[in-house]
Amino acid sequence: MPISLIQPEFKVEIDYDKCHKCGRCVQQCGWGVYSFNERPIPDDSKCRACHRCVTYCPAHCIVIKKNDLALRDNANWTSALRKSVWRQAETGGVMLAGMGNDKPYQSVFDHLVLDACQVTNPSIDPLREPMELRTYLGRKPDNVEVEPDGAGGYKLKEGAGVTNNIKLETPMIFSPMSYGSVSLNVHKSLAMAAERCGILMNTGEGGLHADLYPYQDNVIVQVASGRFGVNPEYLNRGAAMEIKVGQGAKPGIGGHLPGEKINKEVSETRMIPQGSDAISPAPHHDIYSIEDLRQLIYSLKEATGYKPVGVKIAAVHNVAAIASGIVRAGADYVYLDGFKGGTGAAPQIIRDHVGLPIEIAIAVVDQRLRDEGIRNQASIIAAGSIRSSADFAKAIALGADVVAIGSAALMALGCHMCQGCHTGSCSWGLTTQKPELTRRVDPEWGAERLSNLVHAWSHELQEILGALGVNSVESLRGSRERLRAIGLDEQTCKIIGVKPAGM
Amino acid sequence: MTETTEIRQGPIEGYLMVEPHVTRDGDTVTIDAASVYYKYVNQAIRAAIADGVTTVRVINVNGQRYIGNGLSGTDVTIEVYGTAGQDLSMFMNGPTVRIHGNAQDGVGNTMNAGRVMIHGDAGDVLGYGMRGGRVYIKGDVGYRVGIHMKAYESLVPVMVCGGKSRDFSGEYMAGGMLVLLGMNSQFDGPIVGGYIGTGMHGGVIYLRGEVEPWQVGKECGIFTADEEDMKTLGPVLKEYAEEFGMDYDEIISVPFTKLVPISHRPYGKLYTYV
Amino acid sequence: MEFNPLLERMPTSKMPSFTDREGLFNEERPRYAEEAASKIHGGCGLMGICDESGTPMSGVEAIKAMAVQRDRGNGLGGGYAGYGIYPEFPDHYCFHMMYHDIKAKEDAEAIFDQYFVVDLAEPMPTRPVKGISDAPLLWRYFLNPDSYKLESSEMSTEDFIVHTVMLINSSVDGAFVASSGKNMGAFKGVGFPEEIGHYYRLDEYEGNTWVGHNRFPTNTPGWWGGAHPFTLLDWSIVHNGEISSYGINSRYLEAFGYKCTLGTDTEVAAYLFDLLLRRHKLPLELACKALASPLWTEIDRMPESEQAVMRSLRAVYGPGMLNGPFAIVLGFNGGMVALNDRIKLRPLVAARQGTRLMVASEESAMREVLDAPDKVWAPRAGEPVIARVKGQDWPIHGDLHLSASEVSCAVTGVESSCETVEVN
Repeated sequence: MPISLIQPEFKVEIDYDKCHKCGRCVQQCGWGVYSFNERPIPDDSKCRACHRCVTYCPAHCIVIKKNDLALRDNANWTSALRKSVWRQAETGGVMLAGMGNDKPYQSVFDHLVLDACQVTNPSIDPLREPMELRTYLGRKPDNVEVEPDGAGGYKLKEGAGVTNNIKLETPMIFSPMSYGSVSLNVHKSLAMAAERCGILMNTGEGGLHADLYPYQDNVIVQVASGRFGVNPEYLNRGAAMEIKVGQGAKPGIGGHLPGEKINKEVSETRMIPQGSDAISPAPHHDIYSIEDLRQLIYSLKEATGYKPVGVKIAAVHNVAAIASGIVRAGADYVYLDGFKGGTGAAPQIIRDHVGLPIEIAIAVVDQRLRDEGIRNQASIIAAGSIRSSADFAKAIALGADVVAIGSAALMALGCHMCQGCHTGSCSWGLTTQKPELTRRVDPEWGAERLSNLVHAWSHELQEILGALGVNSVESLRGSRERLRAIGLDEQTCKIIGVKPAGM
Repeated sequence: MTETTEIRQGPIEGYLMVEPHVTRDGDTVTIDAASVYYKYVNQAIRAAIADGVTTVRVINVNGQRYIGNGLSGTDVTIEVYGTAGQDLSMFMNGPTVRIHGNAQDGVGNTMNAGRVMIHGDAGDVLGYGMRGGRVYIKGDVGYRVGIHMKAYESLVPVMVCGGKSRDFSGEYMAGGMLVLLGMNSQFDGPIVGGYIGTGMHGGVIYLRGEVEPWQVGKECGIFTADEEDMKTLGPVLKEYAEEFGMDYDEIISVPFTKLVPISHRPYGKLYTYV
Repeated sequence: MEFNPLLERMPTSKMPSFTDREGLFNEERPRYAEEAASKIHGGCGLMGICDESGTPMSGVEAIKAMAVQRDRGNGLGGGYAGYGIYPEFPDHYCFHMMYHDIKAKEDAEAIFDQYFVVDLAEPMPTRPVKGISDAPLLWRYFLNPDSYKLESSEMSTEDFIVHTVMLINSSVDGAFVASSGKNMGAFKGVGFPEEIGHYYRLDEYEGNTWVGHNRFPTNTPGWWGGAHPFTLLDWSIVHNGEISSYGINSRYLEAFGYKCTLGTDTEVAAYLFDLLLRRHKLPLELACKALASPLWTEIDRMPESEQAVMRSLRAVYGPGMLNGPFAIVLGFNGGMVALNDRIKLRPLVAARQGTRLMVASEESAMREVLDAPDKVWAPRAGEPVIARVKGQDWPIHGDLHLSASEVSCAVTGVESSCETVEVN
């Protein structure tokens, strides 16, 4: 009997006439595709089309192609479904996958168009004139109370005004990716870029490595169900704390970092023994209801002299009511993660079929908080497949204060979305702890590329604001009047509060 | 509703749709613009010029638009008494217009040649896209003054403001000369607001005195005007001083700051390509 | 209900067709014919004047200032608000009402009868004027809340009035509250402002403060209720420009119980001033800074204590910041304030002559009223020009104050929004 019914997904073709026989491909491939016998010999079955070898081949003689092997067409039983059945029949295992949902769900973002000014109000030139993106993340009071300062002006009343907010130079941050799921050099790149751009990176649930202490003012420290690396020092180092309840790619699902990824450094950062599995339970076992969340939020605040605390949830069906509860429980921000968000590893069936698109989640949460008069009490961070500055702008127009990027950030560092994060063999040195791979990311190079991306998208957001005739991002935030829908059904339009184009 | 009352005519109705009263004395024509709609005032100005007069006096002006609009010929002077309306001397190509009073917004818009002398203050967006000629203002000016002034071959526009100006002066400036004196002002504070010369990629701005770096657009270099600069600036300031009865020596008693663009293509590195 | 041809009116929301209007000019006002056919340019024009000594001025002064700015409008809206104009009823709220038809009048009056004591109800005095047509039924009411109803509402008098205005505007078909303040009134409609001024007989009123507006509508149909000023209590706003942040401004206000029924920028400006000044009790100067905020770069150069105030204002009131080109004049009992957008995209000039402080879109408007101004100047972007009537407290408003969430629950009645949240 054959060991496997599954044929390779890709074909690696090498033009041996051009090949230098230098062995660079063998050395670069983290998946072990190549062996070398006078010339590189590929094993197609191991290839994930990550293009590491292609990028580094000095002769440009490698081409990765889809394996064109024909299967009889069946629109119902797609080849992917058939392959899943074969694989699971082989192993009896749960299908695991990295990165985000890759199914062709409708993208609401792609059905929204932005407005621009013509005649009745001027567009604004973002290159010459001020175009402000500065954003304060955190709880705002209902109003501002002042008193005369005795010199003809006004000062804030004692305890009034905006305190405990985090200043962001642009409403974009890096989403949580734990040290362990990604390498330390990735963490360093993110932290350095966050500092340069005046934004934040997020530790994820794997603790804060000592090398990141210099950047701690630009770091959100996460507290997840596994509580890895959480101690008073960790909490106090962060600019803010974040309780991770869920993740868009795997709502309601815990995590499992296998023991082989727990090397010395990861062990020290997570404060668990080397080689032991790092298991994140599905729920926080001290949060079984909303009042427990409040208890944890205030416990974190007590421990840190009342630093801001955010709560990250996956967008699920009653996300609006949940978010409202989170705000009422005292969170300074709600982090909404849509169902196309990335992951280091998740059961594919969960990744692809559970949760809500982020566009819907932003819209219903923002509206619910407004309806209840508590929108000012917390910021909304939106994540889960922000793919361009267009998504960035549309998310803000729907009501997000800030967006978070994870997949795009990894792509800035070389990720090609081969979906092999869970293997620990990332050829680009991102989602791996193998020293020969992690050293492929130079933090300086990484920080530069991440900063470039943040700046480029911010510039583009400024262009959009200028076209909209506003010179400050708060005038776009929640301004759904500047959006129109093309090809969305009436009900969806109503839910997201956007008029159809032409109205 | 059986009866309809006629509105009384008079100032309460704003402008009257009538031809203005015109008198001629040799080469000079006097037009009484009191409460006359701009269209009829400007018709009378054009008719007078067509008649060959060299001086057109327009008296009792208050808010009439487009005076001097699109007029050509260098041998005619229009003397305006009162507050001139929007778009004074827009598209003008030669004549001299002198305002004995204040001007509103949009003076010298897309002007090609000629001279505008304002013996008072002026509003926002002066000399937008001005390609040639001279605009001299005695007093204060508003926002976006000298915005996108440009030069082309022999056409080099010059604007001198005797008072203070606000933000975005000389924005996108592509040519010509903008001079700010800060002398005849009713305002306290700096001679100019922020974002001066932002997006500037041609021409030169001279300021009497100094500016703080934060006031200056990132595309500009800040220098002290040297003797070579004063050779260009001197004749302009002399003419200006003469027009407004000011002391030239006092004007140049303070060193001038010079702003020039660092690059003709300031955004060359901004873009990447699909 | 019997059909009464005298009371039938064209719908107030009907936009007079531009060609009709041209036809009207062609037929009856030949001197405008050519102009009306070719005119496209322009924008809106506005004025405000306040005699800080409290000396009353005739409404004619306001008409004069607007007439000279005629080309800034297109005949589809003009209006005024005057203060101190009802000295015989200084302590009554005066509702200026527009009704589409008699049914709307009855419905609105049913609300007045139920919740208020009406001491005088009368048709607005008007005179027929050429060029003014399609007027709605115009009535005014001098009234005060029924004390029992007020007490049982547990609201302040001002909030009671505000709720009534919101109720009528949002739920009584064909009825619109043109103004609702004490000792003041709004006079507005479809027409050029000088025509509207005559129509409402402004020459018969005297006030210490007047604001006026000339409209060039593009984004809302030219209908009587849509003309400026917009008012709430004794706030009146006239506005030039288009507020590009309307979408978020209106959503922000809705959370505080305001209903933006008109779909216009100016309405949100009026409500924002009400929120900031009356309900949040911000000083006028700071309210102006919240609505036309200094740039962050300017804030960063301020002394720390001022920075803290400005930072808080921007962070808290960011959704209310009026972004885009505007010049507005806010009138109220006790004075007026004129304000420009943060980068001066619309014109605004000011002048003082003795105790009179005046603002307008064009200097010529002020020269038409002030024969020898002591000073004429252009205010800076975002820098308010404030006039205060001597001896009057201002803004004169009572107490109140529910939290945002309380107001929103009370006003919107969104009970479903208070449902229990259960997680896991």
